[in-house]
Amino acid sequence: MEIPKIIGAGLVVIGVGMGIGRIGGSAMDAIARQPEATGKIQTAMLIAAALIEGIGFAALFAV
Amino acid sequence: MVFSNKPLQFIVAVLVACLPLFSSANTATDSVHAKAEVKTESKVLNIKEKEAEDRKEYIQHHLLDTHDFHLFSYVDDNKEEHHIGFPLPVILWDEGLHLFSSSQFHHGEKAAESKGKFYKLHHEKIYRVDSAEGEIQLNNENHHPTNVKPLDLSITKNVFVMLLVSVLIFLLFRSLANSYAKNNGVAKGIGRFFEPIIIYVRDEIAIPNIGEKHYKKYMSHLLTVFFFIWFLNIFGLSPLGINVTGNIAITACLAIITYIITTLTANKNYWGHIFWMPGVPVPMKLILAPIELLGTIIKPFSLMIRLYANIVAGHIVLGSLIGLMFLFKSWFGSTLSFGLSFAISLIEVLVALLQAYIFTMLTALYFGSAVEEHHHEEEAHH
Repeated sequence: MEIPKIIGAGLVVIGVGMGIGRIGGSAMDAIARQPEATGKIQTAMLIAAALIEGIGFAALFAV
Repeated sequence: MVFSNKPLQFIVAVLVACLPLFSSANTATDSVHAKAEVKTESKVLNIKEKEAEDRKEYIQHHLLDTHDFHLFSYVDDNKEEHHIGFPLPVILWDEGLHLFSSSQFHHGEKAAESKGKFYKLHHEKIYRVDSAEGEIQLNNENHHPTNVKPLDLSITKNVFVMLLVSVLIFLLFRSLANSYAKNNGVAKGIGRFFEPIIIYVRDEIAIPNIGEKHYKKYMSHLLTVFFFIWFLNIFGLSPLGINVTGNIAITACLAIITYIITTLTANKNYWGHIFWMPGVPVPMKLILAPIELLGTIIKPFSLMIRLYANIVAGHIVLGSLIGLMFLFKSWFGSTLSFGLSFAISLIEVLVALLQAYIFTMLTALYFGSAVEEHHHEEEAHH
């Protein structure tokens, strides 16, 4: 039962990576469009990234 | 396709230059394997396995809370092992109060005696044994000790460091507060460094998330949590080997405090949004109520897991990179290990601040949802 667990955790981590990557990329786009809103965008980005990150850690602990 | 020759030449030259390094690093093990008989080969493998186990154990040991403050150990010329550090008090409740120094455990090698009872350490947890020579009995199925476990209220390393950080924070910010009185409202000394951070917590974390009206009563908690977590994270990166915020019990306590404050200070709009969500049809209200109720527990739970996992992950990565040195056993491994662990340490300094910030930020967000005065009904009528 060890190998399916590890593969599942790996899949979750890939998903989390893609999610955080998209958040980061979108935040970069948004900052490029509106440099004056950098602070607000960064805050929102960090919160969203932290929430997704939590799922990744939950997957890692399930292994 | 056209390649510029210059970088290609350079890469080839570097590879050729490095070739003897790799080959010389490998010859030792290759020749051993080639010359050795089957017996010695298995011995070599055993040693390798044992070393891997040692590295694993070392990292796991570092993540654990301990009963003594251990700084480092070394082996002298007579092959004797010396431990440098200082013991901490052990407080047990086992049909009466037991109070003794953790030096009596001799780093887990001997049983400590107190009021006619004997105690021994097993993976940094205290168990009662029958006599001074008594051993801990392991369960055959899951290898858990079957001995009696007394209630452990000891000042462990984590508790000691938390007390230290609390005193440090108290003295630091007390002196900052006093310096305002002395200098007509201008910060002095170390306060000049901390003042902008406090202002940041107020203006960028508390006010936008909680609102002008209510933020003041939460400021003390937000500032305490922020600096407590930040200082502990930074302490965890010091070579003293302290892993406090990577202990799930401590992050759980911090999250429970957030949950209690959110629940106790919540207004009727907060409960209204949980049990009877406004603006949705009645069947949806019934479905949403249990989900929202569960959500109030999931929020602090995710706070707990996030901080714990981030810090533990950082410590495991650093420990593994340092372990590279003992894996390669050549100058190459040490250089690699140093370079990588230096880079990761710098990232960890950033993570230490970031995690403190995110914990404070999300705590403020939850407080904000507890005191929010909603305007959904007016908007619904438009």
